[in-house]
Amino acid sequence: MRQQKSLIAGVRSTLRYDGALYLMLVPFIIWYLMFVYRPMGGLVIAFQDYNLFEGIGGSQWVGLKNFKEFIGGPYFARTFKNTAVIGILTMLFCYPAPIILALLINEIKNSKIKSVIQTSTFIPFFVSAVVVAGIVTNMLSPSTGIVNAILEKLTGERIYFLSEAKYFRPIYIMMTMWQNCGYNAILYLSALSAIDPQLYEACIIDGGGKMRQILHVTLPGILPTITITLITSLGGILSVGYETIILLYQPSTYETADVLSTYMYRTGIQEGNYGIASAVTIFNSIISLVFVTGANYISRKVSETSLW
Amino acid sequence: MKISKAEKIGNVILTVFMLVIAFVCLYPLIYVFSASISSVEDVLKGTVVLLPKNVTFAAYKKVFENPMIGTGYLNAIYYTVVGTLIQLFVTTLGAYPLSKPRLKGRRIINFMVVFSMWFSGGMIPTYLTLVDYGMVNNRWGILLGFACTAYNVIILRTFFTSVPMELEEAARIDGAGHWRTLWQIYLPLSKAAYATLALMYGIGRWNGYVWAMILLNKEELQPLQVILKKIIVDTTFGGATGGSGADSVVNYSEQMIVYAVIVVSTLPMLVAYPFVQKYFKKGMMLGSVKG
Repeated sequence: MRQQKSLIAGVRSTLRYDGALYLMLVPFIIWYLMFVYRPMGGLVIAFQDYNLFEGIGGSQWVGLKNFKEFIGGPYFARTFKNTAVIGILTMLFCYPAPIILALLINEIKNSKIKSVIQTSTFIPFFVSAVVVAGIVTNMLSPSTGIVNAILEKLTGERIYFLSEAKYFRPIYIMMTMWQNCGYNAILYLSALSAIDPQLYEACIIDGGGKMRQILHVTLPGILPTITITLITSLGGILSVGYETIILLYQPSTYETADVLSTYMYRTGIQEGNYGIASAVTIFNSIISLVFVTGANYISRKVSETSLW
Repeated sequence: MKISKAEKIGNVILTVFMLVIAFVCLYPLIYVFSASISSVEDVLKGTVVLLPKNVTFAAYKKVFENPMIGTGYLNAIYYTVVGTLIQLFVTTLGAYPLSKPRLKGRRIINFMVVFSMWFSGGMIPTYLTLVDYGMVNNRWGILLGFACTAYNVIILRTFFTSVPMELEEAARIDGAGHWRTLWQIYLPLSKAAYATLALMYGIGRWNGYVWAMILLNKEELQPLQVILKKIIVDTTFGGATGGSGADSVVNYSEQMIVYAVIVVSTLPMLVAYPFVQKYFKKGMMLGSVKG
């Protein structure tokens, strides 16, 4: 009897003690509902002829009209193709680069030089999108930029890089790589530092050279990390962001630069066409979701590593 | 272990190659800095390639005389400091309870957080929601609207999970509630995690421009990046996009100001890094043990 009483008292005091936990969660959950889930619900305006003054409740439901208008419209093919091309190029160049960088940095023996190199490659990550765009436009400027000044000395020609469609993608890829490569390499470097040094010693004793060490110890050691980042990158292949592109593109380069998200930004924020912009968002999100799930599924089948 | 001659040569080649890569990464920033303190003529002729020529601080003088930049700077400091503190607070409110396995409803709340990483309303509904809340042209819109990110909640939660349960139990026996345990035990133990989060949130606040540009139309509320965007992008594209830079006369000394503004706006982030670097590397490794 007494035992039972103390048990109940114990449960009660635990409840009182843990009450603070639930109290902490209340503002957290309210914030999520207000600023993440309410906007998510707000996506229903993709099925409406949305009117800012009527709100979601007062606007007329139009079914799939916005989707039809977008997919049947003149910009669908262009934005979809550009998104896919830029996404694939990013995957091809910007995904492997930090892995290679990390492997190379890892091979440097002098720890001072190692940290200097790591910090230098990492610093561009601190530079804002606006500043990156500013540096790119100024260095590439046809009248005053350093690139064209050198180009003129060599070839006698000046090129207006940013207004020619064919240069946009290479510029974008180089810019993205410059900004993120060093930062993304950190993840691989920390995975590399977690590899047991005894494995290398064993490999050397077995007569393994540098190449064999990399193939049989290093790569298997960071394979789980590579798999996880590969799934995430594959999943994000069609979510090309608008932050840097809207700073650099111009009507003469829309042909190669205009992607789904920049189109969404233009129709939504600049033209106030909220319904169509939301339809574009949903379209893009669903495709991305399919990609993540697919990549995750394949990875689970092949390597037993997966996100969920 | 003996190192063969071939391996020694290989090491030297590798080191030199990597130093070249490091230089290439830094070059644009070095160039901008050199250009910002060189004379206009030298920059335009293209004689400034690496080091500054005919050093002058005229561009900086113009930058500091510009009242817009001063206001933008103060606003950016405000949004970065207050915004980051709010973000750390909200992230903690979620991460601490979620790190307790005995918490009821933990899985649902976890799912709520993780799901938002894969699927979100995106820009338009978020904008319309903030319009509904009356958060346009209002400092609170930008501060509260973006008060935490799922990824950082997960990082902090993972870190908290690694703190031994015994510490919490000992604190409880000593009569400390959750708030005190959090403040006096978890926080001091999680310096690396907090330094990493503060740096990530801080960079986002200082460098972000999209939402500030969309939500804040009044110049006295705009942070530095929005002002920068007007000076840098709208000036250089003034001709191409049909003269959006009506208030900015495009001339060549303008470009010098752009270089100086870039230096002035990027410096605080670069200066902050060495202070948190020691924690940052530790904290980043947490990202690799995602849970």
